[in-house]
Amino acid sequence: MENIVIIGNGISGTTLARHIRKKSNSKIIIISSEAEFFFSRTALMYVFMGHMKFEHTQPYENDFWKKNNIELIHKSVTEVFPKERALLLSDNSTIRFDKLVIATGSKPNKFDWPGQDLNGVTGLYSKQDLDHLEKWAPTTERAVIIGGGLIGIELAEMLRSRNIEVTFLVRENSFWNGILPEGESQMINRHILEHHIDLRLNTNLTAILSDENGNAKAIVTDKNETIACQIVGLTAGVSPNIDFLKNSGIELGRGVKVNRFLETNIKDIFAIGDCAEQHEGIGLRRPIEAVWYTGRMMGEALAQTLTGNPTQYNPGHWFNSAKFLDIEYQTYGWVWAKPKDYEAQFYWEHQSGKKAIRISFHKETRVFLGINTFGIRMRHEFFDKILTDNQTVDYVIHHLAQANFDPEFFTAHEKEIQEQFITQFAGFQKIRS
Amino acid sequence: MSKSIKNISIASHQNNGLSSVQKLGLALGFIGLFILLLALFNVAFPNKTLWLSISIVAILGGIVFYANATYLNRPEGISNNGLFHQSLTNRGTIAWVIGIVLTLFYVVLYWFPKYLGLGEDGATNSGIIAFFDPLSLLLNGKPASQWFVYGTLYTMAILGLGYKFILKYRHNKYQLVRTISVMFFQLGFAFLIPEILEKLNPDKAYFAKDLKNMWPLNYYFFNEWHLKNMLEGGNLGMFMLVFGIAMIFIISPILTYFYGKRWYCSWVCGCGGLAETAGDSFRHLSNSTQKVWKLERWMIHSVLVFSFVMTIAVLFTFLSNNPEMSFITKDQFIYGIVAFLIVFTGVLYVFKRNDLDADAKFTMLSLVSIIVISILINFFSGNQNILFIDSNSLREWYGFAIGAAFSGFIGVGFYPLLGNRVWCRFGCPMAAILGLQQRLFSKFRITTNGGQCISCGNCTTHCEMGIDVRSYAQKGENIVRSSCVGCGICSAVCPRGVLKLENDTPAGRINSNEILLGNDVNLMELLNNKK
Repeated sequence: MENIVIIGNGISGTTLARHIRKKSNSKIIIISSEAEFFFSRTALMYVFMGHMKFEHTQPYENDFWKKNNIELIHKSVTEVFPKERALLLSDNSTIRFDKLVIATGSKPNKFDWPGQDLNGVTGLYSKQDLDHLEKWAPTTERAVIIGGGLIGIELAEMLRSRNIEVTFLVRENSFWNGILPEGESQMINRHILEHHIDLRLNTNLTAILSDENGNAKAIVTDKNETIACQIVGLTAGVSPNIDFLKNSGIELGRGVKVNRFLETNIKDIFAIGDCAEQHEGIGLRRPIEAVWYTGRMMGEALAQTLTGNPTQYNPGHWFNSAKFLDIEYQTYGWVWAKPKDYEAQFYWEHQSGKKAIRISFHKETRVFLGINTFGIRMRHEFFDKILTDNQTVDYVIHHLAQANFDPEFFTAHEKEIQEQFITQFAGFQKIRS
Repeated sequence: MSKSIKNISIASHQNNGLSSVQKLGLALGFIGLFILLLALFNVAFPNKTLWLSISIVAILGGIVFYANATYLNRPEGISNNGLFHQSLTNRGTIAWVIGIVLTLFYVVLYWFPKYLGLGEDGATNSGIIAFFDPLSLLLNGKPASQWFVYGTLYTMAILGLGYKFILKYRHNKYQLVRTISVMFFQLGFAFLIPEILEKLNPDKAYFAKDLKNMWPLNYYFFNEWHLKNMLEGGNLGMFMLVFGIAMIFIISPILTYFYGKRWYCSWVCGCGGLAETAGDSFRHLSNSTQKVWKLERWMIHSVLVFSFVMTIAVLFTFLSNNPEMSFITKDQFIYGIVAFLIVFTGVLYVFKRNDLDADAKFTMLSLVSIIVISILINFFSGNQNILFIDSNSLREWYGFAIGAAFSGFIGVGFYPLLGNRVWCRFGCPMAAILGLQQRLFSKFRITTNGGQCISCGNCTTHCEMGIDVRSYAQKGENIVRSSCVGCGICSAVCPRGVLKLENDTPAGRINSNEILLGNDVNLMELLNNKK
């Protein structure tokens, strides 16, 4: 019987194992040192905030794995030997494999800051990070978070939920403005301040200072300001967690290099999820995508391949979502922070300053390219079809009500949006009639 | 990980407790409750009207102050911080104390009302029941009963804590409208209108005047005394009888077809009303494991069979004893029921058998067993004895076990321990019936928004019916479950905008095929198949 070994029990590895099991009886082993059972790391913040217990983050009950004959090993892998088809584990035991899948995810970026390994300094990625935060939070008066992205703002929200003062250092001159255009980015800036978070734009970390016991006691910024704090959150992005593969002979870039079938340079070894790096980005996507659903899709696709139905990883149209404190964000298709030369953008913001949409379309052809939506939920199905059919922006504006996914009775803003669009881009009326 | 967060630091600002307005609210509310407590212990208040008013205003005012201070000083949004850190909402000491006090209250209310001060055999009331006499005299012209006191407190809980709920979810208009509806139906239809109707018809014997409380939730609707009182109750009585039956066979099926069972369970029903308002702080305690789902299926369907058989038995006895009051004989009645149920289950089986999930299968089996028992009743029963059991004692047992013990002291008393929908989930026969229709014959579903789910589990955690919402959402499947009461909280707490309660065409509503969400163009194929 074929022996498939998966390193990592996150969304990619778990999805892969489940889908293989549906179609095959091969032996499946999942190895993870992080947690005994699969959990949703996107929910760690809610455990800290008291919305959920840790067990609620586990999508499958604990007996699920045994029932489905998926073997779990709660250890870490220290080395991979492709020729011998074997793995060395942290306790010096070895495991043989016929097929190996690397699904080890990411680790938080550290940029050789002085003091980055002190007590009280942490990323927000793993269960262990959460355990640390739980331990330190009760004695923390102020925390400093470095890195203005999705994880940074989640960590800020978590700490504020326990009335810990938060200083938020953002390198850019506005929050996440590498991805968000100015209007949306400014809106989130304001919302961050509304939650009493001390937002410092254009500010970098220089060093983390230690007390006599090796605990973080303050940070120094590039403006030479020293801020006393007990927790330092490092949330300046993530990179593939692949250090253990350095001597394996598997081709590495920033991540594990794979083709569209998720195969590495070595036969029968595959990589999926955050740690996989496509030779070339698919469409406008980046070669490495640390996104929940891409991990899931890679698991689904590879499961097909491993059960005799070779399937390319083919992620379809880009979409994503996030929540910035109380403001929900969804995006479908591509909207660039700095518009490309072929791109025209339409931006509407509600007077409350908490809802906005931005639609990107092609200047000449008026083909719809993408939408950012804040505080208004939109239908994935609708925009996926629009993008596939190359519909125009005018069609989208006209059918905006159909796209809406807000709960019943919510105030509709389509009219206001349509009117503004007509004033700004007069071509609309002609096409409509 | 530790269950509760203990603050061991003097420097930290964590858990720094209550604001002064919150403290004021608590003080006011508990002064109001304390007045009630004094009344319970027979303190003779000089001016009952004044003190009762003070007590009610203090309780409601206290809740308003507390809720304002809790929710209005933060930006609009989900405010579940600390739910699993606090004693009240995480089965800590406070939760147990409240659970025990509530349970004891129900025990006394149902079986020992004299300890609340109910005057027996025409004696005047004392204690807390006498304390409510002025309000009762004002509304229905009679001295208070234990049920009047209970009804008043129940209504206050829904109004006061409904206000709190509205502030908590003030960013969500669905919650706003739904909660106003629940408050309206409780205050008007369950409390004021029945009391006033009673005052306007002083000479008529009692029958349930709560228009919205329908059989089988109102389990005594077809009991002999209730039927007789309606039949002899003049125009109003006749209206209640016809309206009650129309609710069961016409109004309810139509509304459930268009809106799902939520029109009743989380918009109108009194049990649901209390669960959604007073019980909101405990919704995350509902167990969502597979094991409990299995238990739920067994329990709710056992109650369903019990309630049907009890009702059929009681009607059978009624028809045997009072042939002159009815236009049908007991034989016609039994075979009518049997024929109706056979046609009903037969049609469902023929046309809907592919949509049956485990819940619906159980409901179908329950209906079949009711058919069998009904036939047995007719062959093996005398006028009074139904299958060798006295139909009166069957009725009494139902009233005791289901009407009082289950819906009252387990259903509400255990809110802080088992969650706020224990009764609705495990015991309500009406929920079972509406659930079958919701699953098989309704436009209602919770739509999953493509591939946006991140499996975080907020939906499952906060589902008061213990539905594992995530297990559907993460596969891109719609949620079409018998037990869903459509409260809309899963949609509210979802951080990625994945869930939406909708009424849409029944076709393609149940999409049980697993989807490669977004990967390949399978999504598009699937969409095309659905249309």
